[in-house]
Amino acid sequence: MTTELLIAGFGGQGVLFAGKCIAYKGLFEGRELSWLPSYGPEMRGGTANCSVILSDEPVGSPIVSEPDVLIAMNLPSLDKYEGAVKPGGTILVDSTLIERKVERTDVRVCYLPATKLAADMGAPTLANMVMMGQFIKVSDAIKMDGLEDAMKKVISAKHADLLELNVKAIQLGYGYEA
Amino acid sequence: MAEKVLMKGNEAIAEAAIRAGCLHYFGYPITPQTELAAYMAKRMPKIGGVFLQAESEIAAINMVYGVAGTGKRVMTSSSSPGVSLKQEGISYIAGADLPALIVNVQRGGPGLGSIQPSQSDYFQATKGGGHGDYHLIVLTPSSVQEMADLTALAFDLADKYRMPAMLLADGTMGQMMEPVSLPEPSCHTVDKPWAVTGTKMQRPHNIINSLYLQPEELEQTNLARYERYKEVEANETRWEEYLMDDAEIAVVAFGIAARVSRNAVNAARKEGIKAGLIRPITIWPFPKAPIAAAADKVKAFISVELSMGQMIEDVKLASECKKPVSLVSRCGGIIPSPDQVLDAIRKSAGGNE
Repeated sequence: MTTELLIAGFGGQGVLFAGKCIAYKGLFEGRELSWLPSYGPEMRGGTANCSVILSDEPVGSPIVSEPDVLIAMNLPSLDKYEGAVKPGGTILVDSTLIERKVERTDVRVCYLPATKLAADMGAPTLANMVMMGQFIKVSDAIKMDGLEDAMKKVISAKHADLLELNVKAIQLGYGYEA
Repeated sequence: MAEKVLMKGNEAIAEAAIRAGCLHYFGYPITPQTELAAYMAKRMPKIGGVFLQAESEIAAINMVYGVAGTGKRVMTSSSSPGVSLKQEGISYIAGADLPALIVNVQRGGPGLGSIQPSQSDYFQATKGGGHGDYHLIVLTPSSVQEMADLTALAFDLADKYRMPAMLLADGTMGQMMEPVSLPEPSCHTVDKPWAVTGTKMQRPHNIINSLYLQPEELEQTNLARYERYKEVEANETRWEEYLMDDAEIAVVAFGIAARVSRNAVNAARKEGIKAGLIRPITIWPFPKAPIAAAADKVKAFISVELSMGQMIEDVKLASECKKPVSLVSRCGGIIPSPDQVLDAIRKSAGGNE
C-alpha cells in the first residue's frame, strides 16, 4: 500500500515536524518513505507544506501533487489543495481555524477542532500532533504501536520533557471521533 | 548493513564525507545546500577537522586547492551561482591534477535565478565550466542513499585518478529526507607521492602547479591527462537501467527527473506501452554504451530534464541520432510532473495507445 500525504498550514504550526514524526514512525515500521518540505519563499508568509510518502515499494517521485490524504491546518491550505486530493481520498480539517466546509463530495472529510483540543490539554501548539493522531486512525498508513519509540527519535534530548505531552496529543487525536 | 536513519540529502553528503575521511571543508552559505555547511560547522570542530566559512566562494575553492595539494581529502559545496564563482579554482585544481570534491546542489538559473531545484548546470558540470581542456568526474545522486554513497565514491575516484570530482544534485535531493544507511568510516590509504608534505631534506621538492610556459610541455601534460580520462571513461561510467529489456521507448533522466520518470514509466507499462528508463549515475563520463545499444532497439528516446534541454545533446550524440530524441522539460525551479512525462511517452509510442 502507498499513502501520499500532504500536510499544509502556516509556518510555525509544526507542519514539517508532524511530517517528520510520521516519517520516523514509518521508518520504525520498516516502510519505504520520503519526506519533502517546501522551502524558501513558500515558507515566508504563505503556506508551509510537506509531502510524505509511505509505501511498501521504493518511492518514485517524492513530490505529492495528488495526495491520498490532505491535512489542512489553515484556510489558505484548504483553499489551495482541496482540489488536488485524489477522488476517494481523505481531508483532515482543523475546524478550530477553518470555518468553512469542504466542497468536494468525492472525498472523505474529518473535521476535528485540533487547535482547541490541544489548547484544552494545555498545549495549544500541539494541534499538529492531534492531527497526526487522527491521520493514524483514518489512514492505516502507520500504526499506534511503538509510537513512543519513534517519537523519541524525533524529539531531541534537549526537549525530552515534551515527549509525554506530544504522545498524549497524538493519542487525543487518535481517539477523537470526527 | 548499518541502521537506517532519516536524514536530509544535504546532511547525508556531509556525514558521508566525514566518514570517507574528509576533515577539511571550506564553503560559503547558499540555499538550497546550507544544511551541508551547517552540519560541517557543527561536526568538524568535534572531530578535529576544519570547517571554515570563507569570505567568498572564490576564496573557498582556493583553500580547497591548497589542502588538495597536501593530499588530504577536502571538499567544498555550494549552489549554482556559487559554483559559477568557483570555476577558476576548479580549472586550476584540474590543471594541477589534484583530487577534491565539489558539491553543487543546483537551483534555477541563470544569474541569481531562483532557490528552487534545477538541473541547468549540466553543461557547466560536464563540458568544462572553467577554462582549458579538462573534465570532472560528475556523479548525479537520485536518492538520499546515493547522496551518501556517491560522496564516498567521489572521494575514491578523485584520489584514484588525481582529478576533481563533482556531486551534481539539486534542491529537492538536498532538502528531502529518506531512510539512509550510512557507510562505515573508511581509512583511505591511497599513496600520494606527489603531495606537498615537507621533504624532510630527504627527497626532491614536489611542486603543485598548473603553469607550463613551454607549449610542448603543456601539450604533453594535457595528453597524459587525457590518457587518464580514457581510463575513467572505460572503467567508471555508471548508470542504471529500469525495464529496458523489451523497451520501445527509452526515457533518459538523472537525479530528481529520474524519480519522476520512473513513475511515468510504471504508468505507461500499465497502459501497455513498453517504456523503460536509462538513468545516468555519472554524466561525465556519460553512459554512451547503453544509449547506443538502445538506439538499435527502441523507437524513440525522451530526455527528461529540469533545464531547457542540455543532456539531450549527449543523448543525441550517443545514439548517433538513429532514433528521434524528444525533450520533456521544466525550468526556473519547477519539476516536470509524471503526467507530463507520460504524455510524451504516449506521443512517442504513437499508434500503441
